[in-house]
Amino acid sequence: MDDSGVIDYVITDTGVDPLSNVLKMLKHQEHDNIVATGYGRYLAQMHLQCPIITEIKAYAIGANFLFPDCRTVLDIGGQDSKIIRVRNGKVEDFEMNDKCAAGTGKFLEVMATTLGFTLDEFGNISSRADQAVPISSMCTVFAESEIVSLISSGADRKNISLGLHQSILNRIIALMGRTGFEEPIVFAGGVAKNECIAKLLRSKLKMKILLPPEPQIVGAIGSALVAKQEITSDYTGRKNQKPKGV
Amino acid sequence: MTNHEQMWEELGLDVDLHKELIKSIDHTFNQTVGAQNERPASMAYFDRVLHESHGGRVAELIEARKNGKKFVGTFCIYVPDEIAMAADAIPVALCGGTQFSIPYGEKMFPRNICPLVKSTFGMALSKTCPYGPIKDLGVGETTCDAKKKAWDVVNFYVMEVPQKKSDLDLKLWRQAVADFKSRIEELTGMKVTAHRLTQTIDIMNDKRRALQKLNEFRKLDPPPISGLDALVIMQAAFNDEPTRFTEHLTELNNELDDRVKKGISPFKKGTKRIMISGCPSVMGNWKVHSLIEKSDAAIVVDETCTGTRYFSNLVEDGVADLEKQLDALAERYMKIDCACFSPNNERMETIEKIVDDHTVDGVVQYILQYCHGYNVEAIRVARILNKRKIPNIKLETDYSEEDMGQLRTRIDAFLEQL
Repeated sequence: MDDSGVIDYVITDTGVDPLSNVLKMLKHQEHDNIVATGYGRYLAQMHLQCPIITEIKAYAIGANFLFPDCRTVLDIGGQDSKIIRVRNGKVEDFEMNDKCAAGTGKFLEVMATTLGFTLDEFGNISSRADQAVPISSMCTVFAESEIVSLISSGADRKNISLGLHQSILNRIIALMGRTGFEEPIVFAGGVAKNECIAKLLRSKLKMKILLPPEPQIVGAIGSALVAKQEITSDYTGRKNQKPKGV
Repeated sequence: MTNHEQMWEELGLDVDLHKELIKSIDHTFNQTVGAQNERPASMAYFDRVLHESHGGRVAELIEARKNGKKFVGTFCIYVPDEIAMAADAIPVALCGGTQFSIPYGEKMFPRNICPLVKSTFGMALSKTCPYGPIKDLGVGETTCDAKKKAWDVVNFYVMEVPQKKSDLDLKLWRQAVADFKSRIEELTGMKVTAHRLTQTIDIMNDKRRALQKLNEFRKLDPPPISGLDALVIMQAAFNDEPTRFTEHLTELNNELDDRVKKGISPFKKGTKRIMISGCPSVMGNWKVHSLIEKSDAAIVVDETCTGTRYFSNLVEDGVADLEKQLDALAERYMKIDCACFSPNNERMETIEKIVDDHTVDGVVQYILQYCHGYNVEAIRVARILNKRKIPNIKLETDYSEEDMGQLRTRIDAFLEQL
């Protein structure tokens, strides 16, 4: 990023060797400073000697940059979902899902596979369903068995898909209820790419839902903004100090 | 074969599995407690108490039993040690804090009960608990449903802890204390006398005073000791012989005095000050304390059973009459503000006071998974903290490592807010 905004970005799977992936990405990217975020932040810190922030903070700052009037960030990623209440880019309160895949991107991924869809098809197909088949289980493992029985009973795949999307939505709304929320809500993370969830969220909440142009890099934008602030202001006492080891 | 191994074999333990258990605890210990910097030298003793909890301490109990003493296993801080000790019994708290034994506990008990209960019984079921085979009496209590029903399964003696704090409840509790005395007397064949009780009340009060003194040091900025080390001391308090424990704690307190004078601390001045509130972290469980302090915050007080609830309030001493001593004991133990009480206003008052006394920046409500009492009471605790604008977060977790990444994110994000 520079003063004009995002110059370039790369999205890659974390994979089994996240550090090598990071180093590979950095090789082709010119940079003055690095701030790491996400589950691998401590790994990055260890090898790049760079500052770290949590993805909670990163999403709050990133969402505020993209939508300055943003009051709530809903981030549903691969392994967790978060609700963050924001005011002027500062975290006021946050909640994360319990330690299981229910209500996360992983849940959608597993369910899509069970139903024989790609992840991209999944949201699209569900939007075109005429009637949702209710899914009672939110546990990834149990929901999978439930779907297998539904398929065997002859239920339409499209309608099962819509049912799954609705059940994930209920889970998200329960999570949002724990912190409370105000509009506008920025919907970020990989799951924001699923058009069905975004549509259901709008119709259920009847609130202003904002979708970033690329929902997966909101946290990266937040980190980049912190990195930029570090070299342009001297409040950290680390002015113009390049990270070592890169 | 070492002496300990021979002892474990004689006790009928699964020696190979027990080796694995010890290995797993050692590993966790080294990753957490052992990985800290600037530890007081006197901590070496308390580390040793933990390391010898399945070795030296068990050998000591076996020896005491040979000399006619009885060993009583307890599982809650409501059980008055003074009474057991006055009848020549040795009470030791036996709660389990390791993930290792949980799959064994789940073979018999439902999965959705708290990890402490599953770990405790998992140790017995997997034949890795050296205390089970030498125990003369198990003393349970009625502080939660999982424990209450578990005592039936293993046929323990049960003390009735009331659910409310009315006069009627205090009467019931006073009777439970008297009944416990009779049961212990029956076990050891020794009468609890006012003279003996005076001595054991003094021993336990001295222990509490030393722990209160340690707690005073944690009010300083920076505190001269980490929250994790303070927890190790508490865990040792549950296991060690009380007089010896107090001697070593006094030594440690003297060292802390010296460290304060010299300005030695594991933390920098101004480090964010965290209070842990809620469930106990018993031996083997250093998970959340370690995560918080690895993220550069200082735990300055524990409002838990392995914290203030254990050592707050002394038993009134100088009472020469046995019945009045039992009154004093009942009164002191009834002041423990466990979430099993309804309503539990006293705990709210305690929390507000501790937050002030320890100049707390943020509160982590530590909830063991499926501990409904503390989990539901967390709503009320959050309310009073929010009212006073003290940032707080609830972490519900078990002993496993599977949620470490997520927990760390939540802890770090919470600390970023402070």
